[in-house]
This record gives sequence, structure tokens and C-alpha cells, in this order.
Amino acid sequence: MHSQTNGIGPLQTFRHGVHPEEFKELSCNSRIERMPFVEEYILPLGQHIGAPSKPVVKEGQRVRRGEVIAQPGGFVSVALHSPVDGTVVAIDLFDQPNGQMAPGIKIKTDPFSTQKLTVSLPTPPENLTTREFISAVQTAGLVGMGGAAFPAHVKFSIPEGKSCKYLMMNGCECEPFLTCDHRVMVEYAEDLIDGCEILQRFVPAEKVYIAVEANKPDAILILREAAKKSQLDIKVVGLEVKYPQGAEKMMISAILGEEVPAGKLPLDVGTMVSNVGTIVAMSQYFRKGLPLVERVVTVSGTAVKRPANVLVPIGTPMRQVVDYCGGLTHATPRMLLGGPMMGAVQKNLDVPVVKGTSGILLLTDHEVTDIATFNCIRCGRCLDACPLFLNPARMGALARKGLWEEMEDYNVLDCFECGSCSFVCPSGIPLVQSFRVGKAMIRERKAREKGESK
Amino acid sequence: MLNEIIIAISIVGGLGLLFAAVIAVAYKKLKVYEDPCIDEVEEMLPHANCGACGQPGCRAFAEAVVNGGMAPSKCTVSSAEGVARIAAFLGVDAGSEEKRVARLLCAGGKREAHNLAEYRGTLRTCRGESVVTGGPKACSWGCIGLGDCADACDFDAIVMNDDGLPVVIPEKCVACNDCVVACPKGLFELYPVSHKLIVQCKSLLEGDLALNKCSVACTACGRCAADAAPGLIEIKNNLAVINYDLNHLATIDATLRCPTDAIVWVEEAQFAKIQGTWLPTGRVERYGFKENF
Repeated sequence: MHSQTNGIGPLQTFRHGVHPEEFKELSCNSRIERMPFVEEYILPLGQHIGAPSKPVVKEGQRVRRGEVIAQPGGFVSVALHSPVDGTVVAIDLFDQPNGQMAPGIKIKTDPFSTQKLTVSLPTPPENLTTREFISAVQTAGLVGMGGAAFPAHVKFSIPEGKSCKYLMMNGCECEPFLTCDHRVMVEYAEDLIDGCEILQRFVPAEKVYIAVEANKPDAILILREAAKKSQLDIKVVGLEVKYPQGAEKMMISAILGEEVPAGKLPLDVGTMVSNVGTIVAMSQYFRKGLPLVERVVTVSGTAVKRPANVLVPIGTPMRQVVDYCGGLTHATPRMLLGGPMMGAVQKNLDVPVVKGTSGILLLTDHEVTDIATFNCIRCGRCLDACPLFLNPARMGALARKGLWEEMEDYNVLDCFECGSCSFVCPSGIPLVQSFRVGKAMIRERKAREKGESK
Repeated sequence: MLNEIIIAISIVGGLGLLFAAVIAVAYKKLKVYEDPCIDEVEEMLPHANCGACGQPGCRAFAEAVVNGGMAPSKCTVSSAEGVARIAAFLGVDAGSEEKRVARLLCAGGKREAHNLAEYRGTLRTCRGESVVTGGPKACSWGCIGLGDCADACDFDAIVMNDDGLPVVIPEKCVACNDCVVACPKGLFELYPVSHKLIVQCKSLLEGDLALNKCSVACTACGRCAADAAPGLIEIKNNLAVINYDLNHLATIDATLRCPTDAIVWVEEAQFAKIQGTWLPTGRVERYGFKENF
């Protein structure tokens, strides 16, 4: 791996972290393929963080590809578009990737349509004011495509009194198996640079960084070549291959050497971080009129016949995406959405691909081994792994006693659940899992107290 | 030599007298009167500190009772004699509080509601499984059945039956709210014992969609609403909702035509017909640890 880093220059990184096996070679060289349209699409209304969208179509209504089918339900909310020409058949409860049932819109594809995009182009960004730009991004349905699906326009609007000095495009993709951002950077390098220029127009940052881990040398070289043509000062930085390098706080500390204080946002240190996929999608909206109706999904793992990077319309049932990639090779694989470190385990293949789905990972029983749990031997490896310098061993001890309040004193709410502690624990203690429980308990208690005080 | 000893003794003794005088003055000037009844009442309380009364603990409840802010019967843990003793001691009315019991609004045990997946992680608690795609059950509203509620219960009022459902023993339940907080699906509610008509389902699906996930789900067929007194039962969001303001009109008739037994008439414990019980082994062991930390 180190021989590949030649020609990239010195590599920066953050302190702590872990080195999981990468498995990227399964799909990192396969070009992005467009998936054929399927019969039915399910579009959940709450694909993003924040208020769910409000449907503006009725059952039986015909919709065109790219047409708005749901309006934002508030400021922290985005519009939703139809991924196909077709007919709305139901607005009902559907299974969601998070295991819950929530409202969604079901669209039946028109089998005779050419699916050519017919929407008109939006106003070019050169003629927009900042306010219009923010609402255009909201109308485009753009959310952070790294996995959290935070509405992009909220991130792009800078509150009073704060300023943004650095723009960072996050192309680290530190999760094993995932290669969708890698392929996007290689194949849509011009769009990415164009997106940076559009964003820089409205978020006047001094410097633009594109951060890429050193295991993607081709992406770094292509982006550096593309950045030369831009009049902006875009610096493509190579970062050391380490997990969780792609977490925004870790990336900022790697590039700027500056720490984002606990409970603060990157904007508090004058930085805005965005996933490369989001920026490419934004460029495509302004240049081609294509709202967020499709995204690149990595389908990988040893239980799928043909690992691939697929351009999937939002709302495609995952079973059909897996079938497109040759289907399953093993009877009982474990399925994850996202990477193996932070991805969400799935119990059901009949859920749609949503805006935050970066990967569908299918692992065989061979890779998923049941681990036994033993007592903590005080080796301190979790302390050396935690990128936030928390104390996982202590918090784990508190969690198994159910002392959630004390966990809050140890700053469990700062934990972003990267899983490095569980990864290194030689005793197989479910550390990050119990922190997730602890965070849920603390949040529920706070909600209860808020409800009582009203 | 002797002189030095005398000097030392007189300095220490003098300081002692000085501090004693300060304490004596402070005792008089800064004295806070506290009703001795509070201590007495607190002694008579069960010291469970469960919070069922709504106060942060038994001491706070004793203060509230002595100050007349609360009736002694608000303590649901005390026996009737205990409440009467406190009432007699203070010379107040014991008050009457209808006994409340925690009821599980789900009847989908292992046999009724199937799993879509098998959880193979190490955190085998309801909370631990529910953070992973909402738990293995096909029904996203239903009971996971690993007994976080039985763990949380300080009064041993919850046992798990062999169908994987918690059985609340009404005699032991003090309505302290601990199980309500513990359940990640929010399935427990505290109902007065007179609320005998209960809808044991929270699924918002209709008809076969609900039945595909669980054989005892409410299918929103509306038969119970038709059979019950007007206005008592209403179908809202594909779920039968009972208006307990009209509870005096409730009869067992509403349950008779229910095709799935989602609506039931509960006289004593729920799920009491099912035999065989087990208790979760306690939080420490279920988190995978054999020893105490």
C-alpha cells in the first residue's frame, strides 16, 4: 500500500484511530454503471435529518422524472423528486432502512417512457443571490451523501457572526469496502471542481481543500490535474490511510492541525466540510437540471456475485439492486447499509435505496464471526483508538451498570459511534453498541424532562 | 518543662472553648425548624425511593405528606395498613387512590410475531437490539422480548413467560414507571385496574399487512367499535383506540368478535394463560460479564 503513495507528497493525519483491512479492491476499479429502471419505486418522506417532506401529489397522479413530489416540511428539510416517469400508486407506510415503518410515496414506472429528463434548467448560479442559492439547493433535494443525510442547504447557510475560511471536500472514504466516492472523484472530477467553484461563490472561503486518503492515488492525480484548470486555489491533500479519517472533525484536525471543540460545529473553527458526492450532485443540478434522484451506491462484499458501483435511482428496492449485481452467493449473508464499521445492519432486503445509502454490503458467515465477551483486562487499547480521546473502557463499565447519567459526565454524547473501540477490544466488549444505548437513554430522558417542564 | 505543658494545654483548651462558644451561638441563631413528623413519616414509608408518587424519593414524599400537599395513599408501595398508619399518625384523611398497573400494549410473543433476522451481537438486551435496525422482529412496533422491563423492575413484578412476553403481576406492581422508561418501544402504559378493556397492539398497519407481521395484530376491522357502546372505541390510524373517559360503558362484548384477539378483557394479569416463566439473568450478566466490576 505504501508504494502506491509515491507521487502524492507528504501525508497528513489525526491522532489515534485504527487500521481495518480495506477490501476496496473488490470494487474500486469497476466503473460506475447505470442501473436499468425497475417497475416500482418507494420514496420515504423522511430520508434526511429533520422534518419529513410533505407530499404534493395524489394517488393516481402521473409524474415526470425529476418532478417535485414532496415539498420541504420546514427549513431543516428538503424537497423530494420522482426518480422516474410514472404514476403515484400509494402514499402509505413502508419499511424503511432504519427498521421502522414510515410514510412514503410509491411510484409505478411507466414502461413506455424514455425516461428522458424534461425539467427546465434552474437559474445559473452566476445570477443567484446567496438566499436564492440556499433555496435552490433545498429545492434540488440535496442532502449530505456521506451517510448522515443532513440537508445540504442548512450546512451551506452560514449563521450571523460566523465566517467560513476553509471549504473542505470530503473524499476520504475511510470505511472498508466502500468505493462510491472514489469512483465519483475519478469519473466526475470536472463536476466536482465545478461544484467547488459554485459553492465558493456563495461561501467565500479563502482556501478550498479536497481531502483524499492515500489509497486512492488515481483520484488524487486526476483531481490535481482538473484543479489546475480552475481559477480557484484548490488544494488536493493526500491523507494517511486510517479509520475514521473521513469523520469531519478528524479530517479538520488532519488538515489544519486544529481541533473542533466538543459540542461545536466545524463552522466554529471557520471550516465547512461536505462530501464530494453532494458537491457533484449540486453541480449536476445547476448545469444539467438533474435534482437528487439518483446516487452512486457501492454493492460489495463476498456474498454478492459481482461487486460494483451502481448509479441507482433513489427509491429502488435493494433486492433489485442486489439482483442487478448478480444476486447472492450465500444463503444467509449479513447485510449492512454503509461500511462495515459504522453501517447499519439490515434485516430486510425489501427496503428502498435512500439518499443516504452509500453502500450495500453483503457479508458471508465466513466474515461475520460470533465473538464471545470477556471481562475488561484494562489494556487501554480503546483509549489509544478513540479519535476523540474519550474513555471507552470507563464508559463501557458504566453502561453495563446502567449508569447512563454518569456516562454523560464522561462525554458519551460527543461519541460519533465510529466503532474503533469495539474494533480493537481484545475482550470483545460491545463498547460502541452500549454507547448507542446510553445516548438513546440520555436523549429520551432529556426529551421527557423537556416535556414535563412545559 | 511543666510551664510549656501548661501553655500548650491552655492554648488548645482556650481554642476549644472559643469554638464551642461560636457553635453555641450558631446553633441558636441559625437554627432551622424541621417538623419531627417528617422523620417519623419517612420511617413508616417503604424506603423504595421508586418515584411512583411523583416525588423524587421517600423523604420528599414524607415532606409533602406532612405539609398537606399529598395524601398518604399516593404511596402505592405501602400496604393499606401502612397508609392507614401514616394517616392515623398525622390525623389526616388517607385519601383514595385507584391502584394502577403497568399494561403491555403488545401481545406478539415469539409464537405470534416472527423474526425477520437473528441478532448475533453481544448486547442481548431489548435496548441493544433495538438500536440495530429496530430489533429483529418483523413488526417494528412490537415487543422484543428480552426482558429489559423485568430487569428494571425493583419489585419483581414482571416475569417473562415462555412466549417471550413480560407478565406484570398486578399484586406486586406499584406503577412506579420504571418499565415504561426501560422499554425501547414504549409499549408499557400505566392503567388503573378498572381499565379492563385493553387493545394489546400498537401496529399502524391495516388488515393483511398487519397480519403478515403478527397473528395477534389489530387489523383495524372495526368490529370492536361496532359492538361497543357508541363513542367508546374509535379506529384511529388503523388502530382501535379506547376512550377511557367512557370506561364505565366498557363491557366484554367488544372483544368477542375480534378476529385476532388484539382487544382483550383483562381481569388480572395479562397473558396469564401462558405457562412457564423465566427471568432475565440480570443486566451485568446479559451484558456479557460474569463478575461485578
